[in-house]
Amino acid sequence: MKELKYIGKNVDKIDAIALATGQPVFTDDVEFPNMLYVKFLYSPHAHAIIEDIDTMEAEKIPGVKLVLTYKNTPQVLHTTAGQGWPEPSPYDTCIFNKKVRFVGDRVAAVAAESEEIAEEALKQIKVKYEILSAVFDPEDAIKEGAPIIHDEPGIMGVYDAKRNLVAHLEVKAGDVQKGFTESDVVVENTFETHFAQHCPIETHAAISYLDDYGRLVIRTSTQVPFHVRRIVGQVIGIPVSKIRVVKPRIGGGFGAKQEIILEEVVAYVTLKTERPARAVFTREEEFISSRTRHPMKITVKIGARKDGIFNAISMYALSNTGAYGTHGLTVVSNVGSKTLPLYNKAPNVEFKADVAYTNLPIPGAYRGYGATQGYSALEQAVDMLAEKLGIDPLELRRKNHIKQGETSPIFRALGEGREGVTQYIQSNALDKLIESGAKEIGWFEKKGKKERHGSKIRGIGMAILMQGSGIPMVDMGAATIKLNEDGSFNVLYGGTDIGTGLDTVVAQIVAETLGIRPDQVIVYAADTDMTPFDKGAYASSGTFISGGAVYNAALKVREMLLEEAKEIFGEHDSKDFSLEDGKIISLKSDKSVTLSEIAYRTFYVKKHRQIMATNSFTSESSPPPFAAHFVEIEVDEETGVVTLIKYVAAVDCGKIINPELVRGQTIGALVNGIGYALTEEYKFSEKGKMINPSFMEYKIPSSRDIPEIKTILIETYDPTGPFGAKSVAEININGPIPAIGNAIHDAIEVRLHSSPYTPEKILRELKKI
Amino acid sequence: MKVNYILNGEKKEFEIHPGEVLLDVLRRYGYKEIKGNCYMGTCGACAVLINGTPKTTCTTLAAQVNGAEITTIKGIGTINNPHPLQTAFVEKGAVQCGYCTPGAIISAYALLKKIPNPTEEDIKKALDGNLCRCTGYVQQIEAVKYAVKLLKGDDK
Repeated sequence: MKELKYIGKNVDKIDAIALATGQPVFTDDVEFPNMLYVKFLYSPHAHAIIEDIDTMEAEKIPGVKLVLTYKNTPQVLHTTAGQGWPEPSPYDTCIFNKKVRFVGDRVAAVAAESEEIAEEALKQIKVKYEILSAVFDPEDAIKEGAPIIHDEPGIMGVYDAKRNLVAHLEVKAGDVQKGFTESDVVVENTFETHFAQHCPIETHAAISYLDDYGRLVIRTSTQVPFHVRRIVGQVIGIPVSKIRVVKPRIGGGFGAKQEIILEEVVAYVTLKTERPARAVFTREEEFISSRTRHPMKITVKIGARKDGIFNAISMYALSNTGAYGTHGLTVVSNVGSKTLPLYNKAPNVEFKADVAYTNLPIPGAYRGYGATQGYSALEQAVDMLAEKLGIDPLELRRKNHIKQGETSPIFRALGEGREGVTQYIQSNALDKLIESGAKEIGWFEKKGKKERHGSKIRGIGMAILMQGSGIPMVDMGAATIKLNEDGSFNVLYGGTDIGTGLDTVVAQIVAETLGIRPDQVIVYAADTDMTPFDKGAYASSGTFISGGAVYNAALKVREMLLEEAKEIFGEHDSKDFSLEDGKIISLKSDKSVTLSEIAYRTFYVKKHRQIMATNSFTSESSPPPFAAHFVEIEVDEETGVVTLIKYVAAVDCGKIINPELVRGQTIGALVNGIGYALTEEYKFSEKGKMINPSFMEYKIPSSRDIPEIKTILIETYDPTGPFGAKSVAEININGPIPAIGNAIHDAIEVRLHSSPYTPEKILRELKKI
Repeated sequence: MKVNYILNGEKKEFEIHPGEVLLDVLRRYGYKEIKGNCYMGTCGACAVLINGTPKTTCTTLAAQVNGAEITTIKGIGTINNPHPLQTAFVEKGAVQCGYCTPGAIISAYALLKKIPNPTEEDIKKALDGNLCRCTGYVQQIEAVKYAVKLLKGDDK
């Protein structure tokens, strides 16, 4: 194979210098004349009916242009989940609802000449609530007699609204009961994970305006421009042809921006007032009223033979989807579908799940998307089984994990909220990941040694992981590539770089395929008027699906360029050409022509066509990236504080398109995971109000909180992805909870069954408080 | 009321409301390179140099720093003439979404003015107030170390 010039190289992120110099590239960095400022009124009650809402006083305030409530907005049931159509999330909300279902649910919005006026007007809105009893625990919520959270007529896609059950899943292969009976050792444990927020440093922001011809334009910090267009059209009742959605640079998303939560409001304000409208969440709103991670209670049971081979695995997940069901079904699907195939040696596998409404803030998509919760339980259970079997945890995992060429019945049985697809693993470096990670952390020297320094005891732990690359047979991306006179190319694609570096990956793919430099690729994305469709940034699909689309388009352009060259060279039957340094060279005759010459020729001399092509990509499989995480920690017996000493992430994401970007995705995800494992936690009042909505009280990691971090990238080649690439965005957020949990057990022989691992929980387990 | 600043080396006069924070004033006057909206000084995205010291503009009253010398990220380097710190952040993969980057570079710039050869601990301490959710900080720290090298090269 020809040596790759740009794939696998550290090409600088193409937008980095603009960002590092503070160019006005984010949603809220532009202002429009006569812009209205939109602010929201939120419910102080966890569950109530709005008996009456009086906005007259608010509307009288000078500078107030419009007040919106359920009374004067379209009551169209929809989902805020920015998913493909038909969305697997229930239609259970309107732009404003007559019933409020958590503290922070939206009651009204004011559009005014300034934020101050809007805020003043909010205070003048009089709301009379009929307070209903609320339920916060998902176990209570699905019991007979619990308050029914969604009793509105017309609600769609809910499994059993009367029981607050958004979804119920049962999937199995073989016979787990028989499997457990025939096992020599069985362990069964329950683990709980908690609410958390994505905390993009740029909060949600959206600005809408009418263009010169009266069409609605929405500039928004979104991960899903095309789904925004479709769902806004649905909610406010205008065709997609009247809407243009523009994605500027995005200040982080992590799943929180895979939701339509501000766009439909600013759009409606603009439609009603014919003026630009802007809404930007405060940090407090981001915590309370945007989206969170689904907390779950997961019971996992594993049966194994004496030699360690798994005989049966069953998993039950109870997911708390809060007040609305966005992503409820699909996140819980991934608890099973992204974890159970990892241990395909077990012939008997069962996955069951329930998803419950409660009167708490709304979980949605969050990096890891159910796999995080699933691995929190599964990878600790595997360690507990190893202990019972007396087998080294590494060895136990080696015996049972999926190998190249193998499959799992779960791939077919369970997709995202529906049946999955059969797939065979075509690339898998897990054994090497385990080996190299173990060596880097010093596994065999340190495991079980409990090295003590005063009150501090060291421990090490590990976990292995997989994820997917896009949603097979669902996700589609498309791209257009066109040639310019200087031999450069415009790439117009619908993919959504939210800070990940996808636009750079795209430039590398095009440069490699067409024999030009990455800086000769002008990447534009995403804009629903200008670029072809793409599902957006989620499900670890950027490089794999959007990159795959760009690659397919580039191959078509390559063919067109070669046709021109054949004609120019008079070598119609030749197949041997090389594209490099902006030229096409005939290997037969050594003749060459530059891409610039081809452009001039086709534009002005032969005048027969614009060299350009559009192509799409969708995948029949979702090749999993794999990872092995290792961590060394120190537990202070006196204070209960867990301190990380070193974290090792060994990762197989297929062909590495850009090592520095892969490393950034890896470290960024695992540091987010470390925060989730140790300090990040929603605290609620007894009435269901989140009481720590700021970075003062909700502690995300800062530069001083990170341990020594070592990433080990082991390259494989997956034939399904562009240049052999798989995904890397999500997988590494899944490791810290189980790996640190296992390390805590190694240090002090305490098994914490709920995250985060706070000093209080450690001290309680040590019977010190 | 009116305030005067030396902003990125230029004399500027702004009309402000008493009680207004510097972040809102500067963004209103078009200095969109200043990001952030936590208004508690907790995320650090809105940091600028005020008389050479990094401060969060969301917690600084515009009136209080009347007469001050203020440097935003654009006063450190621009897209066509970047500072070595900005180049280092680009080359070392320290920019992902980039929303926190101006603030982080402001902090790093102040550090290197004070300590031209910082230790890793110095760097971590300097960046402590600039929350980043994308990078996990490792590449930011490497970038600051690399900038130290670049700056030494400039000195030669």
